[in-house]
Amino acid sequence: MYDTIIIGAGMSGLAAGIRLAHYDRKVCVLERHTTIGGLNSFYRLNRRDYDVGLHAVTNFTPRGTKKGPLARLLRQLRFRWEDFSLSEQIQSAIEFPGVSLRFDNDIELLRSEIARSFPTQVDAFETLLGRIVDYDDLDQEVYSLSTRAILSEIFTEPLLVEMLLCPLMWYGNAREHDMDFGQFCIMFRSIYLEGFARPFKGVRLILKNLVRRFRELGGELKLRKGVARIRMEGGRAVGVVLDDGTEIEGKVILSSAGRTETMRMCFGSATPLPEPGQLSFIETIAVLDRQPREIGHDRTIVFFNDSPQFHWRRPTDSLCDVRTGVVCSPNNFRYAPEDGDLPDGVIRITALADHDAWRRLDEPDYRREKALWFDRTAESAVRFVSDYRSYVVDSDMFTPNTIRRFTWHDNGAVYGAPEKVLDGRTPIEGLYLCGTDQGYVGIIGSIISGLTIANRYVLAN
Amino acid sequence: MTPVEIRAAVLDILEGIAQDDDLSQLDDGTAFREQLELDSMDFLDIVMELRKRYRVQIPEEDYPRLGSMASTVEYLTPLMKDISA
Repeated sequence: MYDTIIIGAGMSGLAAGIRLAHYDRKVCVLERHTTIGGLNSFYRLNRRDYDVGLHAVTNFTPRGTKKGPLARLLRQLRFRWEDFSLSEQIQSAIEFPGVSLRFDNDIELLRSEIARSFPTQVDAFETLLGRIVDYDDLDQEVYSLSTRAILSEIFTEPLLVEMLLCPLMWYGNAREHDMDFGQFCIMFRSIYLEGFARPFKGVRLILKNLVRRFRELGGELKLRKGVARIRMEGGRAVGVVLDDGTEIEGKVILSSAGRTETMRMCFGSATPLPEPGQLSFIETIAVLDRQPREIGHDRTIVFFNDSPQFHWRRPTDSLCDVRTGVVCSPNNFRYAPEDGDLPDGVIRITALADHDAWRRLDEPDYRREKALWFDRTAESAVRFVSDYRSYVVDSDMFTPNTIRRFTWHDNGAVYGAPEKVLDGRTPIEGLYLCGTDQGYVGIIGSIISGLTIANRYVLAN
Repeated sequence: MTPVEIRAAVLDILEGIAQDDDLSQLDDGTAFREQLELDSMDFLDIVMELRKRYRVQIPEEDYPRLGSMASTVEYLTPLMKDISA
């Protein structure tokens, strides 16, 4: 009998596990995959290390900062700032036809870029900054307001609205077209007011720190142990049944499997389930024979969109929509001199994809379409970044099928369901949601989610 | 434990929570919230660490008495006098 069973060994599950194990709770993390990480993981292929999910850690604040999510999670996890080895971004950009807005981890750059490209919108941008709600002051009412409605009242240049939305939607909006204002505020703070950083060794460094701490504290991590069902008695969760039929009892269950996915573990597929997310992605990864800066690409992350209107929807008439995308180069962070450069130049590009259409392909078609969309994605992106295609020495690619195969999230939805459950509650007593569907996204957001839910429903009792 | 030992115990808890802060200059009369920017989650941590380490139970209505080092030591002195350091 465990005090708490946690479903999923991603950022949120491991963070919740550390909190509970630290306070002497008997806790077990169950993970269906052969490795940890969930939506933010890592792998090794052809003797090269790759990250999945993470382009950058958002919410970067410098050493010694006492406010904000990064400082809060370090205190909660009893980590030092150095433990995450974060190196800041060099510079990122939002690229639309004929207009470019650069930004970095100091809001002054974005402010001056707006003054240069949209001189009539300077005051409006200040008004927006005044409207951004602090992390701690978001309530459900403010949270669910329409961001597009609010921004169209503040700004008179629609193009600037589209450009500001582009990175924020790309990095964590589960809703199509519009965005909850609460989510907008969270993303605005985490990207424009705080910023991007990355450990030299990538996401594996953060995950390995989390797992090491969890185990040191006596927490149990069981890999290859998927949860098939959540057992209930009298409306209360009492344990889980694994894929192999083993039963495990727990007083409280925290699930990072997603809202719809978790409800299915309780009730099966027969009952109506909440709507899962629709937005999934492909990502192409090109390994170059040189550092990206040697071909003139020194931006950390480029968010591009090839028309004045930003389209944030699941593609309906095609496998992918490559009109918009994110180009990330993990090389372009300010790594410590002793670390030097990453061994390989890498260009990762993410584009929107239709999960169902990818699922319908048979194996030969799947392989062909993958190759085709690898090229189309690159072709679209090189309109906005240096053409890197003649320097590629190795490549890999993931599709919605890959995301689904390794995370078991419905529709391969990376940012989860459009309706977030901010308090983490479910209709079942003793069962709570953490992770993406509780409302926070990104690495820092999902860790905070795990901490918050563990504190609120296990430790505070 | 004596008040001096209790102060050292609380300081050790704070050092564990705020690992990047230098607490050698901590002013016992000034609120933790102001000096260390501790939020409500952190206050819960002080309470839980005291329970974990010394089995001291602090009811929720007494949390406000943990505002500064001076008030915390004063509050804990009768509760922890029989605990050996």
